[in-house]
Amino acid sequence: MNGKHRKSGDAPAFDASVVEGAPPADTGSHEVERGPRELGGKGRTVLVTGASGMLGEHVAALLVARGWTVRLLQRRHARLAEQAGVEEVLGSVTDPDAVARAVEGVDDVVHLAAKVSFAGDWDEFVLTNITGTRVVLESAREAGVQNVVFVSSPSVAHAGVSIVGEPARRADPEHARGNYARSKAAAELLALEADAPGFRVTAVRPHIVWGPGDTQLVERVVDRAGRGRLPLLDHGAALIDTTYVDNAAEAVVRALERIEWAHGRALVVTNGQPRTVAELIGGMCRAAGVEPPTRRVPGRLARVAGRVIEKAWALCPGADEPPMTEFLAEQLSTAHWFDQRETREVLDWGPAVGIEEGFERLAAYYRTHPLGAHDAPVPATGSTAADRA
Amino acid sequence: MARRRPSTTPQHGGPGAARLPMTEVPLPGVDPAWSRTVSVPSTAPVEPVPGRRRRWHLLDNLVSLEAAGLTPRGTVLAVHGNPTWSYLWRTVVAAGVDARNPWRVVAVDQLDMGFSERTGLERRLDDRVRDLADLTAALGLDDATTPVVTLAHDWGGLISSGWALEHPGVHRGVVLTNTAVHHDNAEEIPAALRLALAPAAHGVLTQTTTAFLDVTMRLADPPLSPEVRWAFLAPYGTRERREAVRGFVADIPAAPGHPSHERYEQIAAGVAGLQVPALFLWGTGDPVFQERYLQDLVRRMPHADVHRFEGAKHLLAESRDIATPVMAWLEDRFGPGPTRRELHQQARAHAGDPFVPFHAELDERRGDPGLAVVDMAPSPGDAAAGARVPPVRASLSWAQLAERVDRLAAGLVGAGVRPGDRVNLMVPPGSDLTALIYACLRIGAVIVVADTGLGVRGLTRALKGAAPAWLVGIRKALVAGRALGWPGTRICLEDLDPVSRRALGVAHTVPGLLGSAPRTDLPAPEPDADAAVLFTSGSTGPAKGVVYTHRQLSAMRDAVRGTYGLAAGTGLVAGFAPFALLGPALGATSVTPDMDVTAPRTLTARALADAAGAIRATAVFLSPAAIANVLATQGELDEEQRRALGEVSLMLSAGAPLPEPLLEELQLLMPAAVLHTPYGMTEGLPLTDVTLAMIRQGRQDGLPATTADDLVGHPGVAGAGNGVCVGTPVHGAALGVTALGPDGTPADEITTEPGVTGEIVARAPHVKDRYDRLWWTEHLSTRLPGWHRTGDVGHFDAAGRLWVEGRLAHVIVAGQGVLTPVAAEHAAQTVPGAGRVAVVGVGPRGAQVPVAVAETVPPARRAGPADPSFTTAVRAAVREATGLDLAAVLVVPEHPTDIRHNSKIDRALLAGWADAALAGGRIRNP
Repeated sequence: MNGKHRKSGDAPAFDASVVEGAPPADTGSHEVERGPRELGGKGRTVLVTGASGMLGEHVAALLVARGWTVRLLQRRHARLAEQAGVEEVLGSVTDPDAVARAVEGVDDVVHLAAKVSFAGDWDEFVLTNITGTRVVLESAREAGVQNVVFVSSPSVAHAGVSIVGEPARRADPEHARGNYARSKAAAELLALEADAPGFRVTAVRPHIVWGPGDTQLVERVVDRAGRGRLPLLDHGAALIDTTYVDNAAEAVVRALERIEWAHGRALVVTNGQPRTVAELIGGMCRAAGVEPPTRRVPGRLARVAGRVIEKAWALCPGADEPPMTEFLAEQLSTAHWFDQRETREVLDWGPAVGIEEGFERLAAYYRTHPLGAHDAPVPATGSTAADRA
Repeated sequence: MARRRPSTTPQHGGPGAARLPMTEVPLPGVDPAWSRTVSVPSTAPVEPVPGRRRRWHLLDNLVSLEAAGLTPRGTVLAVHGNPTWSYLWRTVVAAGVDARNPWRVVAVDQLDMGFSERTGLERRLDDRVRDLADLTAALGLDDATTPVVTLAHDWGGLISSGWALEHPGVHRGVVLTNTAVHHDNAEEIPAALRLALAPAAHGVLTQTTTAFLDVTMRLADPPLSPEVRWAFLAPYGTRERREAVRGFVADIPAAPGHPSHERYEQIAAGVAGLQVPALFLWGTGDPVFQERYLQDLVRRMPHADVHRFEGAKHLLAESRDIATPVMAWLEDRFGPGPTRRELHQQARAHAGDPFVPFHAELDERRGDPGLAVVDMAPSPGDAAAGARVPPVRASLSWAQLAERVDRLAAGLVGAGVRPGDRVNLMVPPGSDLTALIYACLRIGAVIVVADTGLGVRGLTRALKGAAPAWLVGIRKALVAGRALGWPGTRICLEDLDPVSRRALGVAHTVPGLLGSAPRTDLPAPEPDADAAVLFTSGSTGPAKGVVYTHRQLSAMRDAVRGTYGLAAGTGLVAGFAPFALLGPALGATSVTPDMDVTAPRTLTARALADAAGAIRATAVFLSPAAIANVLATQGELDEEQRRALGEVSLMLSAGAPLPEPLLEELQLLMPAAVLHTPYGMTEGLPLTDVTLAMIRQGRQDGLPATTADDLVGHPGVAGAGNGVCVGTPVHGAALGVTALGPDGTPADEITTEPGVTGEIVARAPHVKDRYDRLWWTEHLSTRLPGWHRTGDVGHFDAAGRLWVEGRLAHVIVAGQGVLTPVAAEHAAQTVPGAGRVAVVGVGPRGAQVPVAVAETVPPARRAGPADPSFTTAVRAAVREATGLDLAAVLVVPEHPTDIRHNSKIDRALLAGWADAALAGGRIRNP
């Protein structure tokens, strides 16, 4: 039903990558008696975990629009649950009882709940990201769920340094950088190992999701730039690919609709429009009416400083996260962009919102939601699964 | 017979994927299944006990072939030199396991070398040849029913040649890489070897320490990775195991009286009699086996295919991919059907008319007192009012030119120049050069025309590659030639005093040669004999030599005549080097304007007008660089000079596309002229022709219809736009494109379908005969028999016009398919503040993203990301025109360019720079 491309003015054309109804490249189909078919939402119930985050909220809303009955699982009440066709279970993904209640009578699961942070205790990451995922997978299988989309992060497969046009590689908990990436890597392996006939699992890895109302990245960048606390590393010329939130949500839903093609795979999702760090930060700042940073710091120096600050923070934590972790410094001074061919072919999808239009939508949002007009506490352990790296 | 030798060192387990039992050092690139040991009874004279069994180690892909169910077409016997081992051939061993072209490759470790037995004996050349024979006998290769081809490097060349001479029954081919079969003692042996041979240094360098090994390992370009270096050193870990490294160096038969000298001379003489197909692959940056050893081999086996790898060092197999060309050559020579060269020669275009020699016009006009060639002198500084005579420096009538050519021809033959000899002409354009060119062609000597635009280093490389036997030059060129070691017996254009003559090693002078009496008994050259070696610009790698035969030179003349209707008697200003030699062949009176020939940009409007005025020229050939300066200096023209330019009816500029505004400006200066900017390259010139009017029309056709009127009046032409319009094929030429696949690889089918982007291919009687000593390049360029692959990409429109979109090597292979840069660059250059813009791809092929790199006005102080407003403007302009989404816009103070045109941006370098800059970290200027 959604096999058509949704294009907008400044989104690049991706026609070449589209193969309508093409079979998966190398995953042996388990149902040989019929070709793969896209799922429709009608008559199906889907559980979305972590829907209080920006991406989770968009995914849930989109699933409703595509005809699914949506159940949410999160710790705090979400406004979305007040809408028709949406129900809510309050609880943590690490609580087997809550999860068992949540998966009852469910056909599909989109698992986004995770601890997302640049810093923090390893044990907390293990609990939420690894244990939580195991609980969700096992409860879902026992409850007869058929399909699971695990929302992951490209950082699970990369050992640092720059990523220049690489395809999605296997998750690598041993070498991934930082507690978030390592724990998500282990969780993704668990998820993909669970893929089996009758219980299909796919992993979708959106890279740097941003959009209006994003408290995780956009507001951090804007807030720090506004306070003069965000230097550009080196020339700010590292190319980074990001994902506008609507595109990320669409890709996650496509992964569920096309799970017969996508199961067993990990797919990196981006806008396919890498931009320099300076341009990205500048675009966000300008959208929010804040002066973009001009101060420059050598990347190597920032990495060393980040390591020191990170250590100091661990001993004597402040209220916010440390201003510059080594991981963050590395992320902001090296290229991160990906080969999107497999993703676009498997999902039969292309991003509808180009990056420039994304900035326009962000600016429109800030015109109605001026900075500082609302209280936007940065959650210590967010329950959104968008990759913040 | 094959027994796996027990391990001599304890094994510590570990993943043994690339490890052999006899060493702990991992050997990247080696399949352990290839490793085998063979025990062979020795018949070498050095053996105290005849028939003693010696243990050989080999890399042999037979097991892999059998596992893949493949029957090899033949066997490659690969012999390493000193101090390497069979590891050197791992890529060839692997490449042999190919279902389409299976070859067994047996790479040996010579005794006392690699992982073969240490015999403790001093094995000399004769022993080693015998050793190899013992081994092949034991392997059963002596009774092979399929071809055996030797492949060798370094001293392996001599040893394998000795073996080949003794196995004529099975030996069917020779592949040699940086080696020597003979040193004539006329010149000193290379310094690097002299040092190793010096008695005091010898033992220390070769055995006590690993110095000789270390130095050899450094003779790779790019440098070896540590893993590969360790692999090469693996069998030579101890002093005892290095014994043979010393012995090998000691056995270099540098002088008569050496125990191996006689055997060495015998093999060298025998090689000259080898008639089997041969391929010489040569790294020209080897300080040991220098290019003169290649020349020696070519003299011995003139039928050999030669490929020179410019700059590659001694360890050629490590410096360049040799496995692919070696396997392609084996397929070509030993696979089914004719060779690619044969197919190409059969299928290529031939002129329909009977062959008319290049000098025919000149012969016919030998009684004509009219002007043939005119050289201009500098224009007087003050443009005095009133009529004045254009300053002529020298001129020759047709009769004088014909006589000069006859005398020079006789003189050259008298000096010893033989048909087929290459003659390097380092003489500025003008009557002297013209006479020399036609004299050389008359006697069948091959002219080598290397212009100084290549730069000193490029020129020297080009000349060493072409290896001319003769160098005719002005004094300045001979002085440079002495300093730079240019090859060839010296002939000076001017008379010299005895001291200079001796100092410059001048054997003859042109005035001396002109004293010879004309001869009527000189045979005319064969139409298919080589006539000229020209050079590519070097903007896409080192300059390549391009060989033309007499037939092809004549075809070039006919293409120009047929396309531009140049009748005999036309006055022609020859301001563009490649066409300068055409004047007399066309029967046109040619005039050379006064200019610094090393810099076309120095041609002034006054000098051009004076030249045109001197002969009332109606045709002008100019280089693009010259046109810019002519326009810049047009203010200095007086009335008379303007009138002279006003008489020009044909202007032709080739070499690089000219921007339309520049042509419009030139049109004002030459109002009566039709302005042509043909497309072509050193390998084929011209291929298409286009006029300013066609360029205007093309631009119009490429515009999107904006109003209803447009839709009715100008429906547009399918395929117009997205590139530079270069017009339609010239007289005798056929062009097409081979569509690019999603990975940027051209297909095999040729099409002219509108809008299909592909590599441009050309077929014409005046396309090159071949690349000079670049067998592999030639092989690739004639993949479609009869056609030349230009390396450019473009497409046709529905009106049959060709649009060039850039170089094949510069296309951007993005996730959504192949993108070409030219149209995006044109769009970017329209943004205010933008200078020249190059659009390059960054990232891995297949997932590249386009990035614009711009010069700005005023120039940026340092390289880095462009400011946000410029970035936004450039991105918007490019998206509007092409739909391309630029990932970034970078600025540079100045683009890196090639020397010759000072105009072609070095995109490969720029793409590499952009790749690094956008990966993060500090940014330096490109």
